[in-house]
Amino acid sequence: MTGEAIAFYLLAAVVTAFALGCVLASNIVRMALCLLGTLGGVALLYFLMAANFLGAIQLIVYAGGTLIVIVFGVMLTSRAYGTKLRVRPLEMIGAAVVTLALLAGLTAILVRTAGPVVSPSTPDFGVAQIGTELLSTYLVPFEVISVLLLAVMIGAAYLVQPEKK
Amino acid sequence: MQDPVVFRVERILRSPWLIFGAGAVLAGALALALWLLFPLYKGLLADPFWFPILVMAIMLNLILSSTAICILAERKIAGFTQDRFGPNRVGFWGLLQPLADGLKFLLKEDIIPTQVDKPLFLLAPAMALIISLSGFAVIPWAGEVRWPWAPDTLVSTQVASLDIGVLYVLAVASLGVYGVVLAGYASNNKYAFYGGVRAAAQMISYELPLGLGLLCLLLTSGSLRLEEVVRQQAQSGMWYVFLHPLPFLLILVSSFAEANRVPFDLAEAEQELVGGFHTEYSSMKFALFFLAEYAHMITGSAVLVALFCGGWAPLPFSSWLADSTAWWALLIKLGAYLAKVAVCIGLFMLVRWTIPRFRFDQLMRIAWLSLVPVGIALVAGTATLTVLGLQRTWWACLGLNLVALLGMLWTAARSGRTVTGRQDDLPDIHVEPA
Repeated sequence: MTGEAIAFYLLAAVVTAFALGCVLASNIVRMALCLLGTLGGVALLYFLMAANFLGAIQLIVYAGGTLIVIVFGVMLTSRAYGTKLRVRPLEMIGAAVVTLALLAGLTAILVRTAGPVVSPSTPDFGVAQIGTELLSTYLVPFEVISVLLLAVMIGAAYLVQPEKK
Repeated sequence: MQDPVVFRVERILRSPWLIFGAGAVLAGALALALWLLFPLYKGLLADPFWFPILVMAIMLNLILSSTAICILAERKIAGFTQDRFGPNRVGFWGLLQPLADGLKFLLKEDIIPTQVDKPLFLLAPAMALIISLSGFAVIPWAGEVRWPWAPDTLVSTQVASLDIGVLYVLAVASLGVYGVVLAGYASNNKYAFYGGVRAAAQMISYELPLGLGLLCLLLTSGSLRLEEVVRQQAQSGMWYVFLHPLPFLLILVSSFAEANRVPFDLAEAEQELVGGFHTEYSSMKFALFFLAEYAHMITGSAVLVALFCGGWAPLPFSSWLADSTAWWALLIKLGAYLAKVAVCIGLFMLVRWTIPRFRFDQLMRIAWLSLVPVGIALVAGTATLTVLGLQRTWWACLGLNLVALLGMLWTAARSGRTVTGRQDDLPDIHVEPA
């Protein structure tokens, strides 16, 4: 086994453990912490695959942005704070259906695109290239996403407006 | 009446001969060891793999021990600002105070309250320290060097040369809040909890001006690599702080907030929250938070110096040593870098003892009503300059900054609202009975 393979399996084990912890924990802040471990582990996997940009963005957007907002929300909602969460059977069935569908989809993609495993080499795909590609080849999806984000921002600003007297 | 023995011990400790003699003996022993062991580590120095690891070990130790000196410097500067002596009992001029502090932290009882969330309570200080130390990986301490005994290999004093250097710094900075938030949550204490919540809100808000300031710089430099940004400044002699004073200020203010320093230390505001997020921490766990704060400050200063103040470039407006890879140039560059970082830390400390803490609504208004709009205007302006190809022309950049400053002043003068606001203007808060 090469060093890369060892690192990959170690990281994969850590990510899986944190993901399990996130699902099984009954305390919501511990869940958030496990989610942080999962997201950080995935970022490390990206770094391992020499996708530095993706790894850093994963840390900035998910671990440093989204998750901290979740934690913040949890801490400000007094009911969720400190109570133990229990899953009802109906919710469990729904979750199982969704996850199985997701798993099936992922497996289908994996089977269809499975090719020889290429060892990650030095990145010949730099940040500048990603930027150029985003603003030329993938301009339309990029713009669609930015319009979506703008809509979300306007919606949020509208929601938090004080009521007019 | 003082105990005569204590008096005598104290007098010996306070004599300059003791401390300078001990310092000279230690420095001499270190120099001798380095001289005698030179054949052993000569090969490692010229090895492109081992040299960054050596640099990492040396720099990490330097930073951890300089936090102790920083604490002494902080207290001395506090004394200077408040017209008193500061620590002067332990050692000549208080120079042994860091040792005494360290000993005190080690010997205090380590209390873990019964009602805390124990794993998280133990994890929080470690996390704070690890995250604030990991930013050092991308700092280009002294450029590249070619040793006289191995003229073919060029080794770098940067631990990790990442193509996403600045993004890495942002990523680490965005994780920095977890230590404080977890400490606040795990302590199971209302005051600590408030501290954690405040820290979360504050850090999210101040990441925006930080990112906008960095964007201005990136548009100018055209590279995310820190060593490349430093090399550009060293070669042109035009440090980016001369081109972009306002983005520099944006990042400076945000790094005060990210490091949780006065005037932004609302997470530990003693007058309101006892000790904030570290109320329940004692002994070495508290010391770890202390270390993390100072390490955060040093990282922030080092990044700021690399991005805006020319990094290792010794002199502004000249390209002296910019292309030199000699070993003596390495020493001068490292000295210049550390001196700049020290000046920056001195500024952090002076501000701490000069400016009172903001109220929380003021803090939020400063971020969202003044720093973010100015940042967006600056990014738009710098982008326009970049399109015109003027982003490194000094008059264009300074003109942009001047226009932004005047626009800011004009808007502030026109608007009826004050940015910081007054206590009387705050809306009444109605709390629903539980």
